[in-house]
Amino acid sequence: MVAEEVAVSLSKEEILRYSRHLIMPEVGMEGQLKLKQAKVLLVGAGGLGAPLGLYLAAAGIGRIGMVDFDVVDFTNLQRQVIHGTKDVGRKKLDSAFETMRDINPYVQLDRHETALTSENAFEIFKDYDYVVDGTDNFPTRYLVNDACVLLNKPNVYGSIFRFEGQATVFAYEGGPCYRCLYPEPPPPGLVPSCAEGGVLGILPGIIGLIQATETVKLILGIGDPLVGRLMLYDALGMKFRELKLRKNPECPICGDHRTITKLIDYQEFCGIPNHPPVEAPVVTGEIDVTELKAKQDRGDKFVLVDVREPHEYQIARIPGSVLIPLGELPKRLNELNPRDEIVMHCKMGGRSAKAVDLLKQNGFTKVINVKGGITAWSDKVDPSVPKY
Amino acid sequence: MAKILIPTPLRQFAEKQDSVELPGATVGEVLGALTAKFPDLKKHLYNDEGKLRSFVNVYLNDEDIRYLNKDATPAAPADTLSIVPSIAGGANYGG
Repeated sequence: MVAEEVAVSLSKEEILRYSRHLIMPEVGMEGQLKLKQAKVLLVGAGGLGAPLGLYLAAAGIGRIGMVDFDVVDFTNLQRQVIHGTKDVGRKKLDSAFETMRDINPYVQLDRHETALTSENAFEIFKDYDYVVDGTDNFPTRYLVNDACVLLNKPNVYGSIFRFEGQATVFAYEGGPCYRCLYPEPPPPGLVPSCAEGGVLGILPGIIGLIQATETVKLILGIGDPLVGRLMLYDALGMKFRELKLRKNPECPICGDHRTITKLIDYQEFCGIPNHPPVEAPVVTGEIDVTELKAKQDRGDKFVLVDVREPHEYQIARIPGSVLIPLGELPKRLNELNPRDEIVMHCKMGGRSAKAVDLLKQNGFTKVINVKGGITAWSDKVDPSVPKY
Repeated sequence: MAKILIPTPLRQFAEKQDSVELPGATVGEVLGALTAKFPDLKKHLYNDEGKLRSFVNVYLNDEDIRYLNKDATPAAPADTLSIVPSIAGGANYGG
């Protein structure tokens, strides 16, 4: 088989497969061959990467690379439809590629089983025409943006939170970039807690397919690309809104006076400590779940306060706890007695640490945080308590 | 009375409302009325110097106020102000 021939023509089987594209003049043989010659990199094989991988493979993109180092777990299955129950525990790339190969064996799939870093981004990106951002965190988003701007490659962007999504195409032919839209990320402390997190499982399907649509349009050169426009989607209101996205002349990476000319340390940029201390600092007033269990078994006198939200309390609870959500705590301090020993827990330990601080500021002295929260309780004390 | 759309991540600081109508002749005045009504919102919208945070954008209808007259942009009763913070996806930041 001669490689060039494969690159510029369709086999009889491929013609049949792509017939619904071929009979549309906007795509046709010419367009389908453009798709076949296209090289698209998907960063992330999660919620957004799943529909992207499925549909871009089906559409006949010639070469698709995927960057991901994660393993499929049960909590992924509610939205990451490229993986199935049988895939739990497998590498996401193995699982995703198996599905994509089944959908379309004519696609070349490139494995990039690694975290995307400032060190490897250029090397990974260089072989692709389009980069599609399906990541789930700010450091990687700024890294993808900067690498795309510096390499002059379009960055097909999508992002989701609960019931809302955003999509646009950044860095297209010198157009606005992610830093033009948001010069800086929020500091970690201001990111919504797990109680406010979560995502409607269908949402990444919608946003991922907007990204897939834009990628295909850019390759085909048809329609109006989602450039210079930020699309907002609200699932609850079932509304799409479009906002103007302008190039910021003061943008540090694509503006008139550029100060960023190479990739930087994105963890540091986002205020996330690069190297968490090996030994967590000893916090007085913190116990782990086995100590909590021992306290209960000994019959120690204390009040166990769960500071999660009511909907989380419905999912799982530690026996003997009373529920006072963190947000209500300031108004409900009178329900607690400063003379009692008060032990506080949440899902993972973050919110209850805040609750402990709040109580101490209000004159409580015997307040203890439960490290690892109910998740650790399920891991180490009572596996019958569901994790979520 | 301009309408202000409050995005999901900030509704917890605005008594869970998704929109409110508030008076004000300029964008700055309407936002001032908003943070007066919901004081908890303030630190999420403004930094210590009182400037809009760089991961929160405000749009008057479909235009970013950074490219209008910022806080001094006139706001008419029929206008809609949108607060659009950056969102990253599902990574768990603990808590």
